[in-house]
Amino acid sequence: MSGVLVPATLAEAVSALAADPAATLLAGGTDVMVETNFGHRRPERVIALRGVPELRQWHHDRDQNTVRIGAGVPWAQMEQGELAALVPALAQAARTVGSPQIRAAGTLGGNLGTSSPAGDGLPVLWALDATVELVSAAGVRRVSAHEFTTGVKRNALRPGELIAAVEIPVVTGWQAYAKVGPRNAMVISVVSACLVLDRPAGTVRLALGAVGPTVIRCRDTEQWLAGQLDLRTATTVPADVANETARRVSAEARPIDDHRSTADYRRHAVGVLGRRLLERAITS
Amino acid sequence: MNPEIYTLRINGTSREVRDAWIGESLLYVLRERLGLPGAKGACEQGECGSCTVLMDGDAVCACLVLAASAVGAEIVTVEGLGATADTVTDVQYAMVQAGAVQCGFCTPGLVVAIHHLLDTNPEPSDLEIREALSGNLCRCTGYGRIFDAVSDVAARRREEARR
Amino acid sequence: MSLGTRTRPDTRPGTLGTSALRPDGIAKVQGRFAFSSDLWAEHALWGATLRSPHARARIVRLDVTPAWQIDGVETVITAQDVPGQPTYGLIIADQPVFAAVGGSVLYAGQPIAAVAADHPETCRRALEAIIVEYEVLEPLTDPERAIDPATPPIHPDGNVFRHQRVITGDPDAQGVVSVEGTYEIGMQDQAFLGLEAALALPDPGGTGVELYVATQWLHEDRKQIAACLNLPEDKVRLVLGGVGGAFGAREDISLQVHTCLLALRTGRPVRVHYSREESFYGHVHRHPGTIWMRHHADEQGRLVKIEARFVLDGGAYCSTSPAVLVNAVTHAQGPYRCENAVVDGWVVRTDNPPCGAMRGFGVVQACFAHEMQMEKLADACGLSPVELRLRNAMETGDRLITGQVVRNVAPVAQCIRETDALPLPPPLPRDPDVLQLPGGTGLTARPGNVRRGVGWGVSIKNLMYSEGFDDYATARCTLADGVATVKFATAEVGQGFVMLAQQIARTVLGVDEVILDTIDTQIGSAGSTSASRQTWMSGGAVDAACRAVRDRLLVETARRHGRREADLLVEGTDIVDADGTFRLAVVEASQGLSLSETVEYRHPPTQELDENGQGDCHVAFAFVAHRAVVDVDVDLGLMKVVQIATAQDVGRALNPLSVVGQIEGGVAQGLGLAVMEEIVVTDGRVRNASFTDYLLPTALDAPDVVMTLIEEPDPLAPLGAKGVGEPPCISVTPAIANAVRNALGRDVHRVPMRPQDLCL
Repeated sequence: MSGVLVPATLAEAVSALAADPAATLLAGGTDVMVETNFGHRRPERVIALRGVPELRQWHHDRDQNTVRIGAGVPWAQMEQGELAALVPALAQAARTVGSPQIRAAGTLGGNLGTSSPAGDGLPVLWALDATVELVSAAGVRRVSAHEFTTGVKRNALRPGELIAAVEIPVVTGWQAYAKVGPRNAMVISVVSACLVLDRPAGTVRLALGAVGPTVIRCRDTEQWLAGQLDLRTATTVPADVANETARRVSAEARPIDDHRSTADYRRHAVGVLGRRLLERAITS
Repeated sequence: MNPEIYTLRINGTSREVRDAWIGESLLYVLRERLGLPGAKGACEQGECGSCTVLMDGDAVCACLVLAASAVGAEIVTVEGLGATADTVTDVQYAMVQAGAVQCGFCTPGLVVAIHHLLDTNPEPSDLEIREALSGNLCRCTGYGRIFDAVSDVAARRREEARR
Repeated sequence: MSLGTRTRPDTRPGTLGTSALRPDGIAKVQGRFAFSSDLWAEHALWGATLRSPHARARIVRLDVTPAWQIDGVETVITAQDVPGQPTYGLIIADQPVFAAVGGSVLYAGQPIAAVAADHPETCRRALEAIIVEYEVLEPLTDPERAIDPATPPIHPDGNVFRHQRVITGDPDAQGVVSVEGTYEIGMQDQAFLGLEAALALPDPGGTGVELYVATQWLHEDRKQIAACLNLPEDKVRLVLGGVGGAFGAREDISLQVHTCLLALRTGRPVRVHYSREESFYGHVHRHPGTIWMRHHADEQGRLVKIEARFVLDGGAYCSTSPAVLVNAVTHAQGPYRCENAVVDGWVVRTDNPPCGAMRGFGVVQACFAHEMQMEKLADACGLSPVELRLRNAMETGDRLITGQVVRNVAPVAQCIRETDALPLPPPLPRDPDVLQLPGGTGLTARPGNVRRGVGWGVSIKNLMYSEGFDDYATARCTLADGVATVKFATAEVGQGFVMLAQQIARTVLGVDEVILDTIDTQIGSAGSTSASRQTWMSGGAVDAACRAVRDRLLVETARRHGRREADLLVEGTDIVDADGTFRLAVVEASQGLSLSETVEYRHPPTQELDENGQGDCHVAFAFVAHRAVVDVDVDLGLMKVVQIATAQDVGRALNPLSVVGQIEGGVAQGLGLAVMEEIVVTDGRVRNASFTDYLLPTALDAPDVVMTLIEEPDPLAPLGAKGVGEPPCISVTPAIANAVRNALGRDVHRVPMRPQDLCL
């Protein structure tokens, strides 16, 4: 009699979880197994999701112009092909996660479930105003990405719920993700940022990672920029606007000192990223 | 502790695991229960690649796979790449020839990762080689000889294909 | 290179000078090579260690009974279960096997107890169940306070491990130009991949124990283990388990006594494996340090005087701290001529993590400081970094500030010129691949954000041990029926000595088949695999033993075939007469014979330093130059090391491919110290004991390495070859820092260079 269940369908997974809400959900294992190996977590009953096909699919809804990505789609799949073309910032973020081995196993659902302040996919979901789809025996619940992560390693998941998918609007314009780390591979973000320039809508959205307990949307800066540039058509960024953007982005960050970096550096670095991403977006 | 009983597919063979603790990683089970110590543990958190195995054709870290959840997957370890007691694969041969083996602890994981790289991308550029191997740490060699070994194999396979 | 007149060397595969392949290479690539963590025994138990979370504390109470009560636990041991000497140590036995009740904890991670149980998970639960009541005390973490005699000692032996001055020439000499700076080196970790692992098999009745362990020095381990176990040394048998890298971290005892004790107490085999986290706590690290230096030069840029003050933090226990300090202060001048010096150095005890040997051993710290100084001095003198160094470059016959004359080949100027001659890399293309830019796939930089810099570092490094240490290596060569067997206790840690030993035997004896006997304590000590010494020492021992066997073979062959012994020599795989009239294959000549010779090889003795740091305290020296090309993101302080060019004084490349591997590997470690590697310690506690946050260079961080091997055989070295292990990791660090300094136009005073140090 195994403590590990490997359901073959989403319905099976949901009812298993309903019967045992305290069971550990396991997808790629890139967070759960680290905790287990270190003795910080002792699994007793596990529901392994790698065999659930619905979680590993993605779909482009052309009518809604959204992409729905199953929570079990590994990062490696997001890095390439049509999915990467539809959500380029997510593809860029995916490429920075861990190592090739981690990217073959780790998932967006896991990233959301762990809700680390430095999670690589999260700034992208916030900047694109994505929606998280949660499923339980009671049905489907949809929560905006902003409302899903509530604090450091805390989220809005209720007992009996699992993350089924993320729905991301497809944007016409420019988007990118940037991440600062002291090594060229396998780093936890010191700071990260995702900028989305929606040309038809004339908006810019900027989300920062690793400078607050959750992702920070720079709404103040976004609003200010909309007043400085015609975001639908501008192709250059005046130097004073670029510099002021950096200053404002820095001001919206709430970084801390820790063993990886200092608050001062993080504040400075997000300003630099904000300015660079804006310049790249506008001049592209 | 409720002991686990399950069957894994390893190197083409079904292997039964009994009396296991539920929290055991695939790495632990391979090394301690199935007599396959080729995969090595150097960090237990997916940051070094020493435990790299193939799982349904993907290169993953065995330390991050809950063994009991891997039922149904086809797992290939360094022992299952085709070498026998007297023979080695072309990748293994190249690693020795190129001087890419010093202490050897990272070597099995690298061998699996290189096989995976060349099977999915037979003509990788230098940068592609580096990125593909960026999850395999080596503390002894500084990687230079390893890159040469990969290029050697790619070149040799290209030659073979031409013939 | 001379093999005497008794062997005419050839270049057949597998001999000295060829890139012979490792004998263990096939097993390693197949995953069949047995590292110490792969060893097991029937009915073996798992062992694990309880460690203090506090940097400084008194143990008020220790209750292990809850651990005993857990199903599957076979034993729990503490300080009171240590039958012999309660402490161990390489120089001074000041480190407790376990901290005791009523006694002190001096560092976070200090062992308190150990358990043996049926599963690693049982061990974890048992450790959690042990109750320890600590009186937490304020840790001593500031090395300057440790130097201050007014600070209460945290250990009866005091807070200063060693204080050493080096004073020579005119202490009041002044230069026309002077530059000074205070330099900081962070705590680097050896971070070998093959985690600590041992298997102990108790003898029936507990009268002895056999220990399979990954270590650097079997005999030194045995000596300390036997003392703690209260067993005679010949009852403690050590066998080398496969070693997954060492870099100095295995020179001290870590799990050896614990594993043996658990085995003796349970009467069963015990395996102890450290996790990566425990490994960070379980071994010594590189000494972090603060070094002030002032260089005086004349109007030509020639050094007039060097002043320096070294403060190295040795952490809680002595380990090899005194020797590390001596290395640091005696190398303060670098590979340069200098008549006058006032150098003061301290290595102190604090409640920080214990520090000891790491590849480079004190010279890494000294070299960082003096090479940053030399580049500053070059600017101040209006000279290029190359020109300034050439004007000061040491030569054979020059003197160190200790008064020791450098008798070795000292091709410093050649190292610099050859490095300078290596082509620079092409500039960053206008549309580079992201992986070529600082920040890589983080997409932080575009070419416009990047500035390129070039920087230099040049180093001298002593080889072997110093200050009168009786350093020797033992080897036995046996030739029987055409097959040579070589036995030694030399720890193979990846550096390739097993390969070299075969090459020596093949060359000297003229046989192709060379078997390597088990590496264990059934033969005399080979000394430590460290200090770039094994090629010289164990190579010298194997060479001497093989020559002795060869000479006896020639005597026997002469006798059997009615020849004059003095006329015979080995040529290739034959024994020949000097005039070519006789030829007999060595394999044939040795049929029916079993010739065995055991040799202890020693180097000439060295002296201790006097109170002014004067004395011939080192055996020999090697030299190296590095040039680094680094691209820096000026606003974010991120960098990409593009190329390292190096010319290293190797004496003779006994295995060229292996030398290349050592150089590339050493460069990567030096790059790690420059860019990303540091154990972060706050109030004595380690903040980053994992590979998530202790960062090693990956394949994407490795630079292109171009190199020239300078082969001027050293007449003092038994095989003409100098050790090559340490030089590659020493001056590469300041070369990279100087390149960043060059790119940014601002001084760099610390390694690793953190982004905030460069752009704020």
